[in-house]
Amino acid sequence: MAFVRKEFLHIFRDVRTLIILFGIPAAQILIFGYAVRTDLKNASIAVLDNARDNVSTELTRKLEASEFFAVTSLLESYDEIDATFKEGKIKAVVIFPEDLGARLTREGNAAVSIIADATEPNTASLVTGYTSGILNDYSATLTGHITSGLPVIAPEVRMYFNPNLQSHFMFVPGIITLILIMVSALMTSVAIVREKEFGTLEVLLVSPLKPWQIIVGKVAPYFFLSLFNVIIILLMAWFVFRLPVRGSIALLIAECMLYILMGLSFGILISTIVDKMENAIIITFMVLLLPGLLLSGFIFPIENMPKIYDYISMILPPRWFIEIIRPIMIKGAGIAYVWKETLILAGMTLFLMVLSARKFKVRLEEKAG
Amino acid sequence: MEKEKVIEVKDLVKRFGAFMANDRLTFDVYRGEIFGFLGANGAGKTTAMRILCGLSRPTSGRVTVAGIDASRRPEEIKKRIGYMSQRFSLYEDLTVRENIELYGGIYGMSMKVIIPRREALLDRLSFTQYGDMLIHALPLGLRQKLAFAVAVFHDPEIVFLDEPTSGVDPVTRRQFWEMIYETASHGITVFVTTHYMDEAEYCDRIAIMSEGQIAAIDSPSALRKQYGTASVEELFVKIARPQKSKT
Repeated sequence: MAFVRKEFLHIFRDVRTLIILFGIPAAQILIFGYAVRTDLKNASIAVLDNARDNVSTELTRKLEASEFFAVTSLLESYDEIDATFKEGKIKAVVIFPEDLGARLTREGNAAVSIIADATEPNTASLVTGYTSGILNDYSATLTGHITSGLPVIAPEVRMYFNPNLQSHFMFVPGIITLILIMVSALMTSVAIVREKEFGTLEVLLVSPLKPWQIIVGKVAPYFFLSLFNVIIILLMAWFVFRLPVRGSIALLIAECMLYILMGLSFGILISTIVDKMENAIIITFMVLLLPGLLLSGFIFPIENMPKIYDYISMILPPRWFIEIIRPIMIKGAGIAYVWKETLILAGMTLFLMVLSARKFKVRLEEKAG
Repeated sequence: MEKEKVIEVKDLVKRFGAFMANDRLTFDVYRGEIFGFLGANGAGKTTAMRILCGLSRPTSGRVTVAGIDASRRPEEIKKRIGYMSQRFSLYEDLTVRENIELYGGIYGMSMKVIIPRREALLDRLSFTQYGDMLIHALPLGLRQKLAFAVAVFHDPEIVFLDEPTSGVDPVTRRQFWEMIYETASHGITVFVTTHYMDEAEYCDRIAIMSEGQIAAIDSPSALRKQYGTASVEELFVKIARPQKSKT
């Protein structure tokens, strides 16, 4: 169709559009992958060793040896803990009880306290998680089998599924989520509003093209470009960070298509409300991109948020999308694990589609002169 | 001029809630004539034009455009008309040739038909050297000409021009009107709204709208005589702004 071809021409002629389309995804992958790391590297911790036996010495050595921690101070008594934290130099204190080794031999289990500096909740949970991991490893070597009924402090899920403890594993699904919103919702709304601003939409409406043909013609290119972007991101994730997609690629792509449809519908909806490109951009940012970034669990885990944000995030499509593609990409989950989220996302998509289609029609009629 | 009616409007009413945008309009437009549609802003000319273009449905009354009922089959009307608005209807980031192809394609023409016609058109306008230039690189006057040529590219029966010359210099306007004459001489009816009263003088017939009604309709010279004014401008002021605003 001549009309779809024209839309592609628009896109490829506009350098800024091209940068948004292809430059930003690449840049984001690299920035988030390399710069914004939420995994630990050489976090300073202190050890208060009340036991001073073989076990505690061995554990301290293990903590020190791991690349995540640097044991920077050895404390003498509980009194020092408060002061050490206040200095702000350490992230956590690991406290071995006096009877550590004795209890282990006598009763087969023991408790080690980990106190973390929770001014940075994310780091704190990471530190405790990693420390627990190291303790668990050690207890596993004691008993000789890996998954025994030892009292384990539940390790963070990502450690389990992400044995290298790399944070960019987490970011790739988030980036896909954001990029797709940008390309689908933002670019479509801008593209349609642009035709409004230049007066070309009017001409299209007077032409024999039906309104749905105009809309499909406008959004189809962005649908394909969005998919293309997903593939670029996945390829980059693989070549730069060696991140494989564990689950079915077909399922992943299908979910992405659903999400893109949601974005496109949202874009159309915005375009029926505003008449200026700037407003289209602002609304997309305020309504979709910003909350999506902050509340979807992309950067900040939803579990750490106050309950109210949890509820707010439930109306945000990006949240559900992230919950769908994370397990697919990282855990290799199938549709059986994500059907509920998929259904919610599909419902939202349908709702937005119907709403935008109706709005678009109304807009055509109401223009009086 | 043979008096074949190409637009027939009888008792057209368009209401938006309590507001009567078009109040029982009745007029005909004949094939091949240049019909000027005048009126102050808000007089209802855009509303009427949107109905004639199949964009909006009349509340009541009979509207026939190119033999097609506007309340029943507005989509059919769209195939037979051309349209050009006051804002440029061309895509600025496409070339001249691409714009023509796009519009040809939208009106269901195949590339086999489009390409020879396009080249013939470029030749006729002496535009061949601009063929592969982007629209935004063209001077305003040329864009205007091209926009009009594109609006009649698919050989419509009627072409609607919505204030096609606003913001254009007098020389370009003059050239533009030469194109309009040329088009009308080929039997394409030209329906034009304008703010420029001197342009109204170029029309075969004009209708002046005021407060949703047609206040006067005839050839410019007949109207001038009837109202005893020296120009259409004077006439317009007399008719379109009624002295008694309280009714």
